[in-house]
Amino acid sequence: MNQTENQDVAQPTDRPIIEVNSMHKWYGDFHVLSDINLQVQLKERIVICGPSGSGKSTLIRCINRLEEHQRGQIIVNGTELTNDIKNIEKVRTEVGMVFQHFNLFPHLTILENLTLGPIWVRKTPKKEADEMAMMYLEKVHIAEQALKYPGQLSGGQQQRVAIARSLCMKPKVMLFDEPTSALDPEMIKEVLDVMIDLAEEGMTMLVVTHEMGFAKSVADRVMFMDYGEIVEQNTPQTFFDNPQHERTKLFLSQIL
Amino acid sequence: MTNPPSATREYLKPPITEVGVLGWLRGNLFNSWYNSLLTVLVLLALWQVVPPFFNWAFINSVWNSPAEACRDIDGACWSVIPQNISFIIFGFFPDGQQWRPGLAMLLMIGLVIYSKDRKHWKKSLGTYWLVGLVVMATLMYGGVFGMPVVETDQWSGLPLTFMLALFGMVAAYPLGVLLALGRRSRMPAIKTLCVVYIEMIRGVPLISLLFMSSVMFPLFLPEGVTIDKVLRAQVAIILFTAAYIAEVVRGGLQAMARGQFEAADSLGLNYNQTMRLVILPQALKIVIPPTVGQMLSAFKDTSLVVIIALYDVLKTTKVTLSNPKWTGYSTEAYIALAIFYFICCFAMSNYSRKLEKALHTGH
Repeated sequence: MNQTENQDVAQPTDRPIIEVNSMHKWYGDFHVLSDINLQVQLKERIVICGPSGSGKSTLIRCINRLEEHQRGQIIVNGTELTNDIKNIEKVRTEVGMVFQHFNLFPHLTILENLTLGPIWVRKTPKKEADEMAMMYLEKVHIAEQALKYPGQLSGGQQQRVAIARSLCMKPKVMLFDEPTSALDPEMIKEVLDVMIDLAEEGMTMLVVTHEMGFAKSVADRVMFMDYGEIVEQNTPQTFFDNPQHERTKLFLSQIL
Repeated sequence: MTNPPSATREYLKPPITEVGVLGWLRGNLFNSWYNSLLTVLVLLALWQVVPPFFNWAFINSVWNSPAEACRDIDGACWSVIPQNISFIIFGFFPDGQQWRPGLAMLLMIGLVIYSKDRKHWKKSLGTYWLVGLVVMATLMYGGVFGMPVVETDQWSGLPLTFMLALFGMVAAYPLGVLLALGRRSRMPAIKTLCVVYIEMIRGVPLISLLFMSSVMFPLFLPEGVTIDKVLRAQVAIILFTAAYIAEVVRGGLQAMARGQFEAADSLGLNYNQTMRLVILPQALKIVIPPTVGQMLSAFKDTSLVVIIALYDVLKTTKVTLSNPKWTGYSTEAYIALAIFYFICCFAMSNYSRKLEKALHTGH
């Protein structure tokens, strides 16, 4: 803990929290990600969009090494991702991830889902972890469900629990991999509201989503990916009102 | 549950032929002409078999009499069990010392019953078992507190069956889980080792493993070194059961969604924590039914140790029957033994169903 804090002090504040330099990734022969360059500043909110199969999920999954990249460099919070498992675990404790299908642990109560990481990874005493977990559950408006099991909750509630679970690790960055795609329409809003709150508090966020309303109102930068490349990135206003690339225009015309 | 569309609607009962005993009979036994025929045939067969058996087993039988009294009766001679009970249960354990295995068995059963309750699954449980094991071993082997030494080749009957079965299962389970994890390991050396082990053990019958442990294995030991025969049989049973458990557990591991691994990874849990806290609790729960199946066969397979001249409860019963006085009553003896095995197995599968229910969390 102390070490990372000292590092933060030593770093100039404009040093990106995430740096991706000429990164490539292949699945067998298939070139999923091609020459990705990306800098994310602390507190920046980025929305990544693009057609399915464009590599947007793969990109954010590379950032906490759920996927391996084959060429180039990914540096998160000053730690380069290599095969070194210690470095990978260190990065993962600083980077929270929210999945499309929530991936809560069905054999644990909501409270236990939240405290698992803090207790075993951060070595937080159980009582303290419980208190923190309850605080975050309140934040996502779900504290009364603490002792239930994930299977007893609705999809929207489960996704809010998943967000709270990531927050309990006190991450510096939050990755969202299509967090509302598996939800019924009436539950999307409750999850987006929690994400908007989070953005307003200054959390660094990378969000893969098709919710363009969210992108317009929250993002600092919108990124469009197609065929494993970052085609275009811009402020939401320019991105939606004045897209530069033909491919972006086509994509926007299809979804808006 | 919900209110009917209008409060004025008349509530009608279903026709009498559809519900109750009559409805059940119609629906299940006489719902077509061939089912009706089958029902009648089965009833006839039962009528032929059940009353005579009942007469033999309960009406004309004797329950506790000398062998001579069995000569003149038409029914079952259950006396073969009570009259030989101490040999069937304790085998060749010396007379006058048989309270020792008796006490050890009671202690073991007590510990098993205590362990059934999930509330007791704490660190202290391990301590109790450790103390219990030392006490049981002391009781069986003796040599202290004025108890004469009883060598393991005199351990026989029920205590031997229970010992081989319980330690076979308890030791095979964690070994099987490790083998399953090893088989899914990314490290080629560990993976190959586990695959070879599992496939080799599963490729041979338990009998041949027992033979190897008792006949071949000692040939490879240096002169003067001997390993206890009971221990060798015990190890063979453990190794055998573990290979089967490993494949069952692997099935559970493969049933786990990738998202569970990813969620654990993304929290920063390491491999051991991921397995212990997230994956195994779920995977092992999924495979409770087949695991219990393996446990039941392990329990029943302990009777195979007769072929290496260990006297488990089946063998002591057989020895009893070879006594000319009792030779004719094997049906009764084997029925009694079958009931014993059934009670043990049924208790296990019953417990496993309760455990499954208790672990269900609504997903």
